Amino acid sequence: MSIQAEASRPAMPSAPNGLNGRTLGSALQAFGQTLIVPILSILTALIAGAILILLAGRDPVAAYQALIDGALLEPRGLIQSLLKTSPLILSGLAVGFAFKGGLFNIGAQGQLIMGSVAAAWIGATDLGVPIWLHITLAFGAGALIGAIWGGIPGALKAYYGANEVITTIMFNFIASRVAEWLISNGSTDGRIRPGPLTDPNSGAVQRSRPVLENARLPVVFDYPPPADPLNVGIFIAVAAAIIVLIIVNRTTFGFELRMVGQNPNAARYAGVNVPRQTMLTMAIAGALAGMAGVIQTLGVNGYYEANQSLGLGFDSITVSLLAANHPIGIIFSAFLFGALEQGSTRMQRTGVAPELVVLVQALILMFIAAPQIIQYIYRVRVGSTGGQRLSSSWGQK
Amino acid sequence: MSTIDLVVVFAVLNATIRQSIPLILGAMSGIASERSSIVNIGIEGMMLTGAFVGYTTNVALSGEDAAILGMAVSDDARLIISVLIGLLVSGLMGLFHGVLCIQYKVDHIISGTVVNLLAAGATGYFYDANAQTKGKIPNLISNPWPRDHFLRDVGVVLFDKDLITYITFIIVALMTFWLFGSVWGLRTRSIGENPRAADTLGVNVYRLQYTNLFLSGMLAGLAGVYLTLADVGIFERGMTAGKGFIALAVMIFGKWHPMGALGGALLFGLLLSLQSQLQFLGLVVPQQLVALLPYVVTVVVLAGFVGQARPPAHIGQSYEVEGH
Repeated sequence: MSIQAEASRPAMPSAPNGLNGRTLGSALQAFGQTLIVPILSILTALIAGAILILLAGRDPVAAYQALIDGALLEPRGLIQSLLKTSPLILSGLAVGFAFKGGLFNIGAQGQLIMGSVAAAWIGATDLGVPIWLHITLAFGAGALIGAIWGGIPGALKAYYGANEVITTIMFNFIASRVAEWLISNGSTDGRIRPGPLTDPNSGAVQRSRPVLENARLPVVFDYPPPADPLNVGIFIAVAAAIIVLIIVNRTTFGFELRMVGQNPNAARYAGVNVPRQTMLTMAIAGALAGMAGVIQTLGVNGYYEANQSLGLGFDSITVSLLAANHPIGIIFSAFLFGALEQGSTRMQRTGVAPELVVLVQALILMFIAAPQIIQYIYRVRVGSTGGQRLSSSWGQK
Repeated sequence: MSTIDLVVVFAVLNATIRQSIPLILGAMSGIASERSSIVNIGIEGMMLTGAFVGYTTNVALSGEDAAILGMAVSDDARLIISVLIGLLVSGLMGLFHGVLCIQYKVDHIISGTVVNLLAAGATGYFYDANAQTKGKIPNLISNPWPRDHFLRDVGVVLFDKDLITYITFIIVALMTFWLFGSVWGLRTRSIGENPRAADTLGVNVYRLQYTNLFLSGMLAGLAGVYLTLADVGIFERGMTAGKGFIALAVMIFGKWHPMGALGGALLFGLLLSLQSQLQFLGLVVPQQLVALLPYVVTVVVLAGFVGQARPPAHIGQSYEVEGH
């Protein structure tokens, strides 16, 4: 590693008490500074999206109107947006928490799938326990399998030098295949048996047995059908964000996490067990994503279905980066993405393909990652940016 | 071994070649980029771009009254133009990755993620499910042996392949010569190991990186073009299905050497083809559990259980040229 790269690393993180020696005014000003880039990035991406809608010969005003109507202004749409927000908060935290520790967790997708499957398994089994215990057990199982799914790539990185970017992507594929097998119908001649979770009554559709009423997340706001009721998932997700914030900023573990993230060599000299820290960081990230899957199964679907949350893992990368990996910021960026996702189905009625939302999200990520572009377009001064290097090694310890 | 078994063996070999072509080209794309110290996890997106643009151009030129400069388009011209435009646009995606990594010093992994998301979004947005084409690239040499000849199965493996398949193996040889036998290749390896030293000796680091990223994009694009214009024949959303990422693992497996990557790609192609030929091999195993083999092997390879690989020393770091 060159001296130049060493020098460009940021200094040691500030001690847990972050506001020391700064007035409230300068803190607010700094807060405004950090919001400029995300807000302008979202705005610019939406303008670029409007141009693409025009290119396809549709009306951007009508399309965005429908998007907002479908996502925010109707009670049914707003509930759906919030239901889509809850797993995004948790999977966004899974990415952001790993980022804080200098790790790139592209594996939220797979960790989430395994969490969903575990919840479907526990949720469909009659345990003869009260509802609170049943739900807790499902969350425990989802978090545990998620932690294993994240912890293995973490351990392989820490002790064998396998780059976590590719191993977590591979674990995504492995999770998809394992889940497909669990709900597969087997062969028609009966030589290959159906998967252990397959619902025998679902016919050609491959999905798991339905979750028992005794394991569905409690409803907090009911709305007449065909709308889904709002369940406690969103509160669990927000609570998780606050807990992650406290862990990162107020505990020794969080301090060591940030130290490893910003300068692993300095952390090693300071006596931090870097490999152990790496493994634990990925395991906790995996547990968070696993819980996102639990909410998806117990709160929304009521069963596990193949490809039910396709792309959620990649969305969570953008969700986390948009919030500069800040746990509370992730709540808001997850809501933005949940609302975009929900609104895109209504927007489709105006003739605009829902993939437009993916394009807008990609552009947001680009502007966030290269704020110089925003700086150039709007002639604004942006604070010191980025600088975190993640891709320093391939297959090296 | 009975004749039935031999048929299955040759069918697996044939499927192995088909499956490994995109992996070989994807791995070459990775080598071109990573040897010049730019990590490229955007291969998946560049593949998808090549697949989509090549296919869409083919569709556009397949219409009844399609014409270029007032001349009707022959089948050969249509396919050649489609391939070239697919390569050009995916090459531009490579340059785009370069601008983010070199000009804006974006983390290479994040830039690659942007490339992947943009490609997935754009190809999905502009995808037309009703598109019609006049067809795909024909086979170059047809099987010379008749149906009941004992060499027929060997012919199935060697012939009945499109031009891109043969070009792929030539590219591997050319890449090996390029990296280890040419000045351009020597300079590329030098900026992968120590750009400061190369810069001091007068190598234009940025220009070389941009050139190689254009090359990298085109190689990934050729893999995509192969999928839509030679192998499958149509475009589907997200059809690369992780091949770009497996190609990266293949590249690491081959220790950033074209010949090593070729071997790795054939191994992975074999694993991928086994699942489609499973029932013919008479194995009673759920196919999903066989389908995860390539991914498990990738993890094992990355963990260094088959020998530790050493990447180019300066990989993943941005470089500031002298005098700035």
